[in-house]
Amino acid sequence: MSVSARHTPDRLDSGWRSRFLTWEWLLLVIAVAIFVANSLASPYFLDAYSLSDLTFNFCEKGLIALAMALLIISGEIDLSVAANMALCSTLMGFAVQFGWGTPNLVLIAIVVGTLCGVFNGALVTGLGLPSIVVTIGTMSLFRGISFIILGDQVYKGYPDNFGFFGQGYVWWVISFEFALFLVAALIFWFLLHRTSFGRRVFAIGNNQTTALYSGVNVRRTKFILFCLTGLMSGVASVLLTSRLGSTRPSLAQGFELEAITMVVLGGVAITGGAGSITGVVLAAFIMGLVTFGLGLLNVPGIVMSIFIGFLLIVTIALPIVWRRWGWLLKS
Amino acid sequence: MGGLRKSRETWLGLAILLLIGLITLRFPSFAAPSNLGEIFNDTAILIILAMGQMVVILTRSIDLSMAANLCFTGMAVAMLNAAHPGIPIIVLIGIAIVIGLALGAFNGVLVWKVGIPPIVVTLGTLTIFRGATFVLSGGKWVNADQMSPAFISFQRDILLGIPVLSWLAILTVFGFFIFLSRSSLGRFIYASGVNPTASVYAGINVGRTKFIAFCISGAVSGLAGYLWISRYVIASVEVANGFELNIIAACVIGGISIAGGIGSVAGAVLGALFLGIIGNALPVINVSPFWQMAISGTAILLAIVLNARGERKKGRIILKEAA
Amino acid sequence: MQQHFPIDAATPCLALVGVSKSFPGVRALQGVSLQLYPGQVTALIGENGAGKSTLVKILTGIYQPDEGVIQVGEVPVHLQGAQDAFRRGITAIHQETVLFDDLSVAENIYLGHAPRNRLGLVDWRALRLQAQKVLARMNAGHIDADARLKDLSIANKHLVAVARAMSIDAKIVVLDEPTAALSAKEIGELYQLIEFLKKEGKAILFISHKFDEIFRIADRYSVFRDGALVGQGLIKDTTQNEIVKLMVGRAVGQVFPKRQAKLGDFALKVSGLSYAREFADISFDLRKGEILGFYGLVGAGRSEVMQALFGLTRPDAGQIELDGVAIEARSPEDAVAAGLVYVPEDRGNQGIVAGLPIFMNVTLPSLARTSKSGVLRLREEFELARRYCERLDLRASSLSQDVATLSGGNQQKIVIAKWLATSPKIIILDEPTKGIDIGSKAAVHEFMSELVAEGLSVIMVSSELPEVLGMSDRVAVMRSGRIVEIFENKNLAAETLVRAAAGIGA
Repeated sequence: MSVSARHTPDRLDSGWRSRFLTWEWLLLVIAVAIFVANSLASPYFLDAYSLSDLTFNFCEKGLIALAMALLIISGEIDLSVAANMALCSTLMGFAVQFGWGTPNLVLIAIVVGTLCGVFNGALVTGLGLPSIVVTIGTMSLFRGISFIILGDQVYKGYPDNFGFFGQGYVWWVISFEFALFLVAALIFWFLLHRTSFGRRVFAIGNNQTTALYSGVNVRRTKFILFCLTGLMSGVASVLLTSRLGSTRPSLAQGFELEAITMVVLGGVAITGGAGSITGVVLAAFIMGLVTFGLGLLNVPGIVMSIFIGFLLIVTIALPIVWRRWGWLLKS
Repeated sequence: MGGLRKSRETWLGLAILLLIGLITLRFPSFAAPSNLGEIFNDTAILIILAMGQMVVILTRSIDLSMAANLCFTGMAVAMLNAAHPGIPIIVLIGIAIVIGLALGAFNGVLVWKVGIPPIVVTLGTLTIFRGATFVLSGGKWVNADQMSPAFISFQRDILLGIPVLSWLAILTVFGFFIFLSRSSLGRFIYASGVNPTASVYAGINVGRTKFIAFCISGAVSGLAGYLWISRYVIASVEVANGFELNIIAACVIGGISIAGGIGSVAGAVLGALFLGIIGNALPVINVSPFWQMAISGTAILLAIVLNARGERKKGRIILKEAA
Repeated sequence: MQQHFPIDAATPCLALVGVSKSFPGVRALQGVSLQLYPGQVTALIGENGAGKSTLVKILTGIYQPDEGVIQVGEVPVHLQGAQDAFRRGITAIHQETVLFDDLSVAENIYLGHAPRNRLGLVDWRALRLQAQKVLARMNAGHIDADARLKDLSIANKHLVAVARAMSIDAKIVVLDEPTAALSAKEIGELYQLIEFLKKEGKAILFISHKFDEIFRIADRYSVFRDGALVGQGLIKDTTQNEIVKLMVGRAVGQVFPKRQAKLGDFALKVSGLSYAREFADISFDLRKGEILGFYGLVGAGRSEVMQALFGLTRPDAGQIELDGVAIEARSPEDAVAAGLVYVPEDRGNQGIVAGLPIFMNVTLPSLARTSKSGVLRLREEFELARRYCERLDLRASSLSQDVATLSGGNQQKIVIAKWLATSPKIIILDEPTKGIDIGSKAAVHEFMSELVAEGLSVIMVSSELPEVLGMSDRVAVMRSGRIVEIFENKNLAAETLVRAAAGIGA
């Protein structure tokens, strides 16, 4: 009896995939629910420009979350992304003092961001050090360098056209940030779910040893992921700096934890091996909706984070609890 | 496991002495006992917190919520003190520890009973606790004038020439030392981190051990909450913002392995002292304090690289010489 | 050698009666009976897969028997787990110590039953003193009770494990291949230790395949084959050759596909391959269409050699020539590119990616072929996976099924399919039929014949004599990291292989 007699799928079906769809459907339901709640709670919400403002809330972190998702799926983590952003921003601000123009500024951010990622990647894949502590170290290092350069000063004086990235609109109410985020999301989705590179990332996250024994170049793949994360941090720093119009060494404080929250909320297993970009995008939307909606209600940011914290824990706990005690309900 | 372990901690100790020595060469007053005592006093809170974090890391977990825990607990006792200045400080400290422990237990239950990875749990409670501080205080601060004199002076009182704050740090370190080296629970904490499978075979409840570790880190955060608030005489939502990374840095520099099971009280203390000395030395040698973060970041990286060198697996010997 | 107990007239202090144990697809033990006598050493002998480790796990409470009884003294007991067995005085010392490297010697000895003081805390002083006393009694006083376990040599770690047994006055001590990593001098010390234990009245179960050891220290023997007891008795009443005959037996019901080996040119030439502490001077060649068996006892170093060929480790010396071209595989990627693939022994951790579906497992090394400029093409992947899974007669309901849900035999087929899809020249199989059912075993064997008929070359590392003798054209026997001899499989007797592997003279 051969397999073809039983099943010849040209598309994926099966329990493996549909389990995932459930998570994303759940997120979608939550997103819609929060959207509705927001519109009921505040008259200012259902306004096109208002909604557009909403996007600023999560695009920068979302961009990082896209790359972070792949990294976490492969079994590593990068806590230094926000510090990376700060460093990129500081160096951009530094260049501004010398009159450098916008294209060069963007170039600086991208190069510096990627180099920071290279540094992380080299330490983790080259020396085999655990990424959580390495990136705690580089987190201090990168932001520390920003402090050395900038101290308690502020860089201002960014060229006018630089403000386009963080404040400009591409078409009607679609901001540049949002457009960029969507494009990036598509690219990362394709990378993770439609390329052999992405397949290898999943394999490594599920069983690094077998992946190695199957001829996958684990080191190189992980190194690339760290570089990607660095690159996205650079891009995000352009957007944020452009939106704020200034640079302080404390820029983007706390972004790394929010980005990781987006990733985990999006259904990526923190231990690696499973996850989807769709989920991360939905999670980014949800977090944006929550923070923006609460902001409209004048809820202070600190209190908002309680919601996010609970959201994170509950969404992670749900499948575990369901698996363990769900049978009680079924019987 | 008595006393100082070889290699790791000794090297760190030597590095610290070297550091002090180098600075003293240029600034002789640095090594004066009164100055060193002040450095210790300044670092006391970090040392206390590092004890709690160490215990958690030993069980192969991590606690990112300690600073937020500290913030909430500190605010709670500060408000309590402002409203009822008559409550004895000892009682307030006890309350702080209990509140901290409860918060830690919340973390612990999620890790043990629900099975959520510690990094995710404490990532969540990090924001929850801090947000709860805001809710508790209504966004208001508690200032020095609202705190009772006893509240503020308690840790500053000098006992046998040493401030109470330093005494508390010493007692805490001593307590943890005894706990880890002499109690069976202490053994279980190490065992759970080193070899969870073998621990289960030996009859140790690894999940419950982790729960207790989180309770301990919570209690420690509670104590630190009171100390921090009374030291800097302000209670606000911003208290100890970002400090969780300093705590983890102290442990990493001190040789506590993130993989669990490796590390000592001496190491964590030395790690904290290292950071404390750098912080204190910078103004002395006229380096702007803005260098501090970068230096501790580099120290962490060096510590990881050097510690990793020390871990070598011994393989089986299959080949016999001239069979 | 002094003996305090007359050998014949002793009563067993532990007995297994009619014990059976099965796992999905495998009968590990069938109706086994074993007796252990105080003050005597019983040697447990058998090939890999004969059921020895399952037996030890049942003895130490880790597994529960499906049938049968364990009797301590005359009383049947039900062991609740490892801790329970330990408390009843049954201890085991394995090759890989299951102790805690970062704790001290004294702590390891007393873990779980440390002396307490009045406060209920560990009495650290008493712990050290008692640990030192125990070590001294064993003549191991040179071991520092405060030393960290990881700093000790393997021999000394064994001593600590024995001290742990002594600390609870264990009645039964199981020694599982204890001399695997010991030097000659340390082995001598171990023998003295065993004498000491015998004098103390402990019953010792000694698992080994080294006949010189067995005949030196054992009083009794029990031989296992395919999960059943095939012979037992007193050592003084038997010879090495008789035991070998019992071990080997005649395997029933194993049919090996008859095939004509049409040997071509040299596919692989290995010369002087060495790696410190693992193997030295490995030289052999392999022709196209040939199956070269690698036989040896556990720990002989066969897998290590294969892993070096596959690029997982970098040998210190030696040359590898594939199809006449010298290659240096610095990673599995290189090896696969050169046409050399490896099916590992540890299927679960090294062979399959649990959590991914079948087709993804099969296409993992072949993604470059199935995708176009890096973009996945699912149709090509399914084609590839289907083709090779059908060839191997895989039993699964869908190619999108999670690999972890398959049986061991089917998982092995996936691993083989995965490598076949890369069109290799040489395929190394490490214990290919270990722990899989008869049906899948036969499928794998038949498949190997097909492969060599197509001109591939196969290296088969195996510890199952019938398999080695039935499939190989030649057999290389390894012992202690070296190749002892390479035999032509013409009228080759199992006993010859076993003797070569164990180092017994003819």
